[in-house]
Parts: sequence; C-alpha cells; structure tokens
Amino acid sequence: MNERSNKTSISKMIESKSSQQGMKKAAEGLMPKFFLICAVISILTTVGIVLTLIFETFSFLEVVGISEFLLSTEWYPLHGDPSYGVWPLIMGTLMIAVIAMIIAIPIGLACAIFLSEYASDKTRRTIKPVLEVLAGIPTIVYGFFALTFVTPLLQNIIPDLSIYNALSPGIVVGVMIIPMVASLSEDAMSAVPQSMREGAFALGSTRFEVAMKVVLPAALSGIIASFVLAVSRAIGETMIVTVAGGANPTMDFDVTSAVQTMTAYIVQVSLGDAGYGTTEYYSIYAVGMTLFVFTLLMNILAQFISKRFREAY
Amino acid sequence: MLANTKNAPAVENSPAQNKEAVNKKNVYKVEQLNLWYGKDQALINVNMDIPENEVTAIIGPSGCGKSTFIKTLNRMTEMIPIVKTNGSIYYRNENIFNKKYQVEYLRTKVGMVFQKPNPFPKSIYENVVYGPKIHGIKDKKVLDEVVEKSLKGAALWDEVKDRLKENAMGLSGGQQQRLCIARCLAIEPDVILMDEPTSALDPISTLKIEELVQDLKKDYSIVIVTHNMQQAGRISDKTAFFLNGEVIEYDDTATIFSSPQDKRTEDYISGRFG
Repeated sequence: MNERSNKTSISKMIESKSSQQGMKKAAEGLMPKFFLICAVISILTTVGIVLTLIFETFSFLEVVGISEFLLSTEWYPLHGDPSYGVWPLIMGTLMIAVIAMIIAIPIGLACAIFLSEYASDKTRRTIKPVLEVLAGIPTIVYGFFALTFVTPLLQNIIPDLSIYNALSPGIVVGVMIIPMVASLSEDAMSAVPQSMREGAFALGSTRFEVAMKVVLPAALSGIIASFVLAVSRAIGETMIVTVAGGANPTMDFDVTSAVQTMTAYIVQVSLGDAGYGTTEYYSIYAVGMTLFVFTLLMNILAQFISKRFREAY
Repeated sequence: MLANTKNAPAVENSPAQNKEAVNKKNVYKVEQLNLWYGKDQALINVNMDIPENEVTAIIGPSGCGKSTFIKTLNRMTEMIPIVKTNGSIYYRNENIFNKKYQVEYLRTKVGMVFQKPNPFPKSIYENVVYGPKIHGIKDKKVLDEVVEKSLKGAALWDEVKDRLKENAMGLSGGQQQRLCIARCLAIEPDVILMDEPTSALDPISTLKIEELVQDLKKDYSIVIVTHNMQQAGRISDKTAFFLNGEVIEYDDTATIFSSPQDKRTEDYISGRFG
C-alpha cells in the first residue's frame, strides 16, 4: 500500500515538474545553434587564413612571376638584385624532414612495437604518459638543445661541422616527433584484436613473428598514417630549424653546413627585416602558401592511406 | 614416470576402453592440475587422459572452467598475466610445464580453433600458408599444395578455390571458421583443440563443422569444448563433465549420456540446470 502510494506520488511529481520545464525546452532548442556557431567560427577562421594566403600570394606573384618562383633555383630576397626561386627553401625543408624521419621512423616504430607487444600493462601505463609529456615540450627548448648540446656533440665526430647546420636540427626534429610516431603507431597496433594474436600464437608463432607478421600488417594503415603526419609535422617545424639551422638557402645538399627552411625564412622576415608592402614582405605569404600546400597534401595522403589500406578486422 | 603414464589409462578407464587399451595411446595425461586467476581458483585437481584419434568433448555450464582447461593444453592461459598453475600436463609423455619445454613446439603440434572465427586480415591463401611460412617453408609449389590439401581437409576448397587471393574477412562466419580449421591443418598438428567452435555459427555451418570433426578424427586427436550437449552426444567418443572447476565425471560419451554415475551429471544432461 505504502509502496504504491509512493509510486503514484513520484509519477505525479514528475508530471507537475514537466509542466514547469519551459526553460529546459528552450535551452534544448538553443544548444544545437550554439554548437553550430562554434563549429562555423573555427571553419571560418581556417577559410580566412587560406584566403589571406591566396590573395597575398597573388600580389607577390604579380611582381615576381610564377615562373621565377617555381623554376629559379636561387633565393636571395634581401639581395640588391633579388631572386625568388623557392626551391632552396623547399630543399632545406625536405632535408630536415628526411633526416628527422630517418631518426623518428625506426625508433618510433620500435618503441610502438615494444609498448604494444612486449611491455607489461604496468610498463605501458608508465611509459605512454611519459611519451605524451615529451610531445608537450615547447619546441624552442628543443631548438636550444640542438644548438647548445647536439651541435657541439656532433662537432666532436664531424670536426668541420659548422655551428649552424642541417644535421643537428634534423636529428632533434626527429627526436621531437618520436613520441608522436610511437604513440599513434601504438594506438594502431593496440587496436588489432587480441583474437588475431591468439590465432597466431596458437600456430606456434614467437612473439616477434606475431608482431611482425600479424599485428604490423594489420595495423599498417594506421602506422603509415602516423608517419605521414609526422612528416607533415617535421615540414612545419619552425623553432628548432630557426635556432639551429641557420639562414642560408642553398641547393648543395650538404648536411654539415647551414640551410634555411621555409618556416625559418618566414620567421626571419617576420622579425622585421622587411617593411610592410615590400616584395620580401609578400614573399612570406608565397612561402607560407607553399608550406601549406605541402602539409595539406601530407594530411590528405594520411587520410587516403588510412582509408585505402584499412585491413578490416 | 614414463611407464606410469603409459599404464595409467588401463587402470582408470572403463571396461569398454580397456580392451582397446593395448593399441589406444593417450596424447595427453593431465595430473593434479590446479589453476588460479589471481585468487579465484578456476580448475581444481583435474586429472584426465586424452586418447589418440578420438574426439573428447568437454561439457559443463558457463564458468565451469572448460575453456580455461582446454587453453592450458597448449599453454594459451599464459597470455593472461595473473594466471597461476600447478600440477602437470604430459603431452606425449613430456611435461609441458617444464621450464625447458618449448611452447612454440607445443603449439605447432597442438592446433587450436577458437570460439569466434579469427582469420588474419589477409588473403585466404596467406591465411593458410601463415603457419608453414613461419616454420620456414618457403617453396611456392609446396605451399600451393598445402593450401589445396588443407582447404580440402576443412571442406572449404570448392567454395573458395577461385578466390584464394581475396581477403578472408569477406567470407561468411562458417567459412571463416573452416578457414581457421584449414589454417590449423596446414601445419599438420597432432592434436586439435576446439573451444566452442560452433557457438558463433548458424545451424547449417554448425552441421558442416560437426561433419568435419568426424572426418578429422581419423588423422587427429580432437578435444572440443561445447555448450551444446546434443553436439557432444553426436560427435564425441569421450565426454568430460566439468562443474565449478572440477571434473565431475569423465567416461565414454555413450555411458555419460545413458547411465551417468553422478547425480550432478544426470541433472545437467537432463537439463535440470545449466
């Protein structure tokens, strides 16, 4: 009897409350609009940035000409007789990226294999957060690390290494992106179902065979996507190469001498070497646009790879 | 120890088995096996002999330890860090818990088919040759033969022979499970462990697997865990009834189903619980 009356009173209370819930209903209707506005703001910002890049690039190309920008191999924007061939900057950027990937891919992947296939739960739970902290170190710190620690260290091995060079920042950019490669690859490998490992173990596979022949191929799309994102990060990296790479746009592919990357050039000009409205000033938009195209292509490639090579399991 | 292992079945087994004891060998001899998940004991003093070229069914209600038991036979339970075992399991007279015992060797000799089909996300062909390849067989001709022979052995050849290069994930559940059996046959094991191989399959696929099991016992010793008592009755030669981690009764399947010795076995198979 008591229970029953309780029940009735609760249902009555709910009914009486529901008539007072006009505010809740209004909020329910407004919230989607609010979320939509937030989403639109972030998209508009991106669109605005891209449009600015495009317009300023056009005003640069009106003066310099697209053929010089893309075909000339000399970049002397601050010279009396300036030359605006972007290739030395692209080559400088790619040199850093290649050195970085030579460091980051093997170490990052080995780290991911260890974490996903060998480490105990406890070890994984300790190491993964540490990796993620490493990923959060400001890049200027890495830059000083390259200039004041790695370069002198390398000079002991390579005596004619100049103080600004491609090798040292390349290595340090590689170190910086190891956590990213390791963490993303580890995510991809951990997502491979345990039942697949069991199937392989049950056929007499060793741990290494399971890792290399079952887990790695099954996680390949995610792993490659992590590489591509890492390359894109290396291409866009700014502080390390500005601090330790020098300001010498060349095409001589010498890792022991100074180089200049696209990002480092933008920093150099932004710091006030060029006045507003000058050709050098507009050149940073053209370089920025080139950089944007590179990273955009990398991100599209990463998305394509993770869809195309997805091994459904 | 060795002599003891060989003689033991004649003492323990039923009279019907006794006559055959001379030419029937045991592939496994399990002695005083205990297993814990952390503090929970999942297997209690299990003693069992598993005969060669027969189908041994393991039945019992959920959580009775039957899956755990079959996974100790190829030491797959080791993959769970909190598992502790004691006692001995002799496979072909060698204790598999011996420190020096090579677990990869054991798993090459003792294949396993899992509850849910778990083909690799590779082609049908690559799935079958995975085992031979990791054990060093690289000759293309030999591998081609292995694929045909194993798929025929698993009654799958006719259905897939024209699409061996296609991804195995595109097969139906029943076909995937037979592919897993083929993958297991490819390394020509001695024993095949099946952990509820039909529980995720439809009745027709189940029937195919059951027929296959009957075929396979000519060449292989089979241990099968099943939820389905009718299935145990149809396909097995011996049946063990597990309850709360203990073997309540282990005998010829006919005896278990017609005249069980233990009240609990009788209750279970007549459907009074479980």
